[in-house]
Amino acid sequence: MQNTAESNQYKSKVKNLSFYYGTFNALKNIDMMLHDKKITALIGPSGCGKSTFLRCFNRMHDLYPGNRYEGEITLYPDNVNILLPKVDPIEVRMRISMVFQKPNPFPKSIYENVAYGLRVRGIRQRAILDEKIEDALRNAALWDEVKDRLNDLAFNLSGGQQQRLCIARALATDPEILLFDEPTSALDPIATASIEELIADLKHKVTILIVTHNMQQAARVSDYTAYMYLGELIEFDETDTIFIKPKNKQTEDYITGRFG
Amino acid sequence: MRNVNNLDEIRKIIGRHKRWDLLFMITGIIALMIAIMTFIALFTQMLIDGMPRLTWDFFTSFPSRRPEAAGILSAWVGTTLVMLVTAASAVPLGVGAGVYLEEYAPKNLFTEIIEINVTNLAGVPSIIYGLLALGLFVYQLGFGQSILAAGFALALLILPVVIVATREAIRAIPIAIREGAYALGATKWQTVSDHLLPYSAAGILTGIIIGLARAIGETAPIITIGALTFIAFLPPSPVTNEFPYISFEWLTAPFTVMPIQMFNWVSRPEEAFQLNAAAAGLVLVVMTLAMNGLAIYLRYRMRKNIKW
Repeated sequence: MQNTAESNQYKSKVKNLSFYYGTFNALKNIDMMLHDKKITALIGPSGCGKSTFLRCFNRMHDLYPGNRYEGEITLYPDNVNILLPKVDPIEVRMRISMVFQKPNPFPKSIYENVAYGLRVRGIRQRAILDEKIEDALRNAALWDEVKDRLNDLAFNLSGGQQQRLCIARALATDPEILLFDEPTSALDPIATASIEELIADLKHKVTILIVTHNMQQAARVSDYTAYMYLGELIEFDETDTIFIKPKNKQTEDYITGRFG
Repeated sequence: MRNVNNLDEIRKIIGRHKRWDLLFMITGIIALMIAIMTFIALFTQMLIDGMPRLTWDFFTSFPSRRPEAAGILSAWVGTTLVMLVTAASAVPLGVGAGVYLEEYAPKNLFTEIIEINVTNLAGVPSIIYGLLALGLFVYQLGFGQSILAAGFALALLILPVVIVATREAIRAIPIAIREGAYALGATKWQTVSDHLLPYSAAGILTGIIIGLARAIGETAPIITIGALTFIAFLPPSPVTNEFPYISFEWLTAPFTVMPIQMFNWVSRPEEAFQLNAAAAGLVLVVMTLAMNGLAIYLRYRMRKNIKW
């Protein structure tokens, strides 16, 4: 019964998560609930483990040797702990997409960039690809700008457009969770504003977890905020609570700029 | 007043330091000129000596006792066929090994040792490869003194070059691109075949061509496995009139190659043969330069669309 309630309200439960780079303990016993179709922001000073935490969700750490997870990240509604060794990281990455810090389009056409996730899933029919790519580009607010030049190289787009292309690429496969790792840190203020607007729109479709260096950004776009420090989750609450009356002194110091 | 004095002082110091700039520049130019001029002088000498011999007949005639009738037909055909075998075996082996080491191999002491040794292999004298090929290909595997054995010997020789070029080309691809592919749910092989190989193709191709350009002039390993120095017939044609129209008999045929033909002529007492050697050398240099030129062109063409 409790599970049904949880699965309606939440997309994922993080329980007792620790993470090690070799012997370095980068995340310590993190517990957190990820609300379904909401935006959750991870904030904290450099090196606090927020990107490390984010990259646990798509098992990115599996790409490099010597990394070790402990604890659980359970996905709802099917209650699977995606950190279990028997769960294929590729399966996890097919359910959970990611947008990186710097725009990283492939040196291919705009069309092929968005198509790649679909091609990996074995979709070949042109009609289906066309439709899904248009949807994804529309959802990423890029369609009108590129619809006449889908075969142009992605590198010819501006930085902000490239990042929206990467968002479209991540959206094309209908992910359950979309991870953003400081998606605007390489962009100018205008491009940043358009990406933020886009992220705010996307929460109606997908659960979002975003790492940001920028506290104002967290305050602007997120529904929930987690403050992390030295690998620990110090405080997690609704964004308004975190920014207006945080319970923890450390959080308050960071939010008010006295620290960090 | 003091300021002006200071300025004069500073200008003097700068002037003194700049003399070293000038001095180094002159030394550098001289060093560069020694290298370039030596090549130009050699090439011009060959051009003067060999040019008159470079007629159509020179390319279509077999070697002969009479220098004016001798040609390089069997040599350039042999070189081409040997290069074909070399490329066909070194490319899949070298690229495969490079991709494996860079993308699949676990990073541990064992692979570390392999990596160091691959780099070391590039420095092994070529005659050692010739001895290896003589023992392994010619006798052990029974290929005989054939095009196949020579092609494999040269393939071994350039394998380290291809492996290192492959690894470096793949390593030049930003991690973000690689992670981008994995994050979309690609497997290792999908990441390799859809992204890493296409984006590194220019670098890999350059490595292959530079390797082949080195192999084309190699003499020692070819002599070691026993290429003929005088050969007045061609290997069986790879294309035939009868079904299945393709024949692999040429692989087992005896052969000679350009540098051996040259070596043969240079060692003759008659001066007319020296001219033949110069002409053959000219052809060999042009072949090598053309391959290097092709590598530069391909790299430029294929990198045009890729900026990291």
